[in-house]
Amino acid sequence: METIDITTIDYQHYLTALEIATIEHEASIMETREAAGIEALKVVQEQRGWISDESLYAISDLLAIPVAQLEGVATFYNLIYRQPVGENVIHLCDSIACHLTGLDSVLAAIKQYLNIDYGQTTTDGKFTLLSNACLGSCDKAPAMMIGTKHYQHLSPESAIDILQKLSVTGGDNA
Amino acid sequence: MLEHSNNNHLKPLTHWVNLQQPLSFDDYCQAGGYMGAIAALQQSPKEVLDIVKNSGLKGRGGAGFPTGMKWSFVPMFEADDEDAPDNKYLVANADEMEPGTFKDRLLLEGVPHQLVEAMIIAAYTIGANKAYIFLRGEYHLAAKRLQHAINEAYQNNWLGEKIQGKQFTLDLYVHCSAGRYICGEETALINALEGKRATPRAKPPFPQVSGLFGKPTIVNNVETLCNLPHILKNGIEWFQAISPNSDAGSKIYGACGRVKKPGLWELPMGPSLREVLYDYAGGMQDGLNFKGLLPGGASTDFLVEEHLDTPMDFDSIAKVGSRLGTGGLIVLDDKNCPVAMVLNLMRFFAQESCGWCTPCRDGTPWAVEILSRIENGQGNLADLDALAQLCDFMWIGKTHCALAPGAVEPLRSALKYFHDDFLQHIEHGCCHYNPSMNAKRTHVAQIHLSKTPHSSITPTPHKAGQ
Ligand SMILES: Cc1cc2nc3c(=O)[nH]c(=O)nc-3n(C[C@H](O)[C@H](O)[C@H](O)COP(=O)(O)O)c2cc1C
Ligand code: SF4
Ligand code: FES
Repeated sequence: METIDITTIDYQHYLTALEIATIEHEASIMETREAAGIEALKVVQEQRGWISDESLYAISDLLAIPVAQLEGVATFYNLIYRQPVGENVIHLCDSIACHLTGLDSVLAAIKQYLNIDYGQTTTDGKFTLLSNACLGSCDKAPAMMIGTKHYQHLSPESAIDILQKLSVTGGDNA
Repeated sequence: MLEHSNNNHLKPLTHWVNLQQPLSFDDYCQAGGYMGAIAALQQSPKEVLDIVKNSGLKGRGGAGFPTGMKWSFVPMFEADDEDAPDNKYLVANADEMEPGTFKDRLLLEGVPHQLVEAMIIAAYTIGANKAYIFLRGEYHLAAKRLQHAINEAYQNNWLGEKIQGKQFTLDLYVHCSAGRYICGEETALINALEGKRATPRAKPPFPQVSGLFGKPTIVNNVETLCNLPHILKNGIEWFQAISPNSDAGSKIYGACGRVKKPGLWELPMGPSLREVLYDYAGGMQDGLNFKGLLPGGASTDFLVEEHLDTPMDFDSIAKVGSRLGTGGLIVLDDKNCPVAMVLNLMRFFAQESCGWCTPCRDGTPWAVEILSRIENGQGNLADLDALAQLCDFMWIGKTHCALAPGAVEPLRSALKYFHDDFLQHIEHGCCHYNPSMNAKRTHVAQIHLSKTPHSSITPTPHKAGQ
């Protein structure tokens, strides 16, 4: 396994000026630099898709948060990806209202169509499939979120249709 | 008695909701918005506190704690008091991750200025100069709309320094969470805002005294807060007259599952379960019968047919053995398996447990394991005792927060009301709701039972432990 020499990481060179500015702004409105940690992870993830070890070390360096502590934070939260993900991350709700209204068939259709299971990414790098806790669309279940977009009233057919369109048009990372 | 000419006075929280295009600052003011905040700023914080106390407003975040009383625990100081902390905080809890709960989303996306106004009133009352909206990360549209409303409020001197010419400063920020159900627990939420893992804190100290960054902090649910502008504008008597019931005001009720018209309805506190289920949600979809429901989100006890005439207020629902919770019905029909339903809920709790307390960290996955076995037709009678014992291990007082007892509620009530279903799974070695799976499952079940008849009551050793 590749190891990273953390003493040589220099966030000035690793993080972009935009990333640093956004993180510094966040830190300036919080009482402690540590409090900007979660936001910093989100900022970098938005730019790079996921949080690599290098990103983690650079943020830890910038905000003076021990790496182990920041790693504890990064792995605690569901919406921080510590592994590379596909262009589109499918967050399929697997909570109760969706379960009661046909989640199983939607899930089966998506798995079959993409040929992946939860936690996996398609070989072309287009899609990653994750489960998500209740998306707050329980009256329009089953539901999923891709990028910032919420899709509701899913059926196996409509779910595949959405994925098909996305694989042509690319992701919604607005 | 009421000057309004239509029914809108009965739904103060939602009658300004517009999901397509929420009211701008100007339109919101035109409609009568910020009148509550004006009324509040004309009085002393103590007077506003008394109004909130006397209104009878109770928390809508699940526990139903009286809001005025909660606020009264915040220490108050004179301007020249040397002991005064340099800040206090107000946080709106917009985490809303309880499965089956989607009411706050309506208020956040549909009328964001109402929450901003509410937070100005609350912050003024407790003397907070900084406030946060703790928003779940998935609510992107709400984040955008809230930020827009906040910007407008700054432009119009409702946020920032010397608000409306008073000696009152308030800054308001939106924090978008990185996602975890436990963030909704108020002390875990405070840790998340501090940039930490969202593990709850041991109490005392209570957040009202020592919360965010060690300063006095009030955390209130979005719906709770949104009542404030209306109470301040229209008065205590108006608020209490909304509901014929012992609980004052209105409440946003909801229903999901296979009912005809799932949705949300703001109603005077205390409609019967039957009214919400049949008059508003339209009853069960064709071909399905009602089997049971969770009255207020995933962490409340099942209720069944015999309870349907119970009014949905805090005390009445508690009397029949459940909780009003968030007021959102999760409805189970007779073609969905109750064991599978409880298994789905328990998986959620196991996944979202923060891992601090042993009964919760180990108890929830253990319950998942047993329930999966029963659902797959591999359970035995001793499993039912093991589940009952787990309910006891995870009950109130044995864990630091209410996640574990919340996980117990649907399980223990399912064991009571759907006992026959559990027995059938065990006796027939299959799930009779899902016959297509039966052949395979029966086969697996027999092999399993013949090899390890009692394995089900032994806990699996944990990765780290051994
Ligand atoms: C595991 C867990 C999750 C919770 N999630 C939420 C939530 O998403 N929103 C909320 O308002 N309250 C939630 N609560 C309740 C809060 O701890 C707290 O009681 C509530 O925000 C207080 O507001 P209220 O007094 O206005 O009801 C949760 C509690 C627990 C134990
Ligand atoms: S009960 Fe569960 S979620 Fe709550 S503090 Fe304990 S381990 Fe964490
Ligand atoms: S349970 Fe799926 S959106 Fe709420």
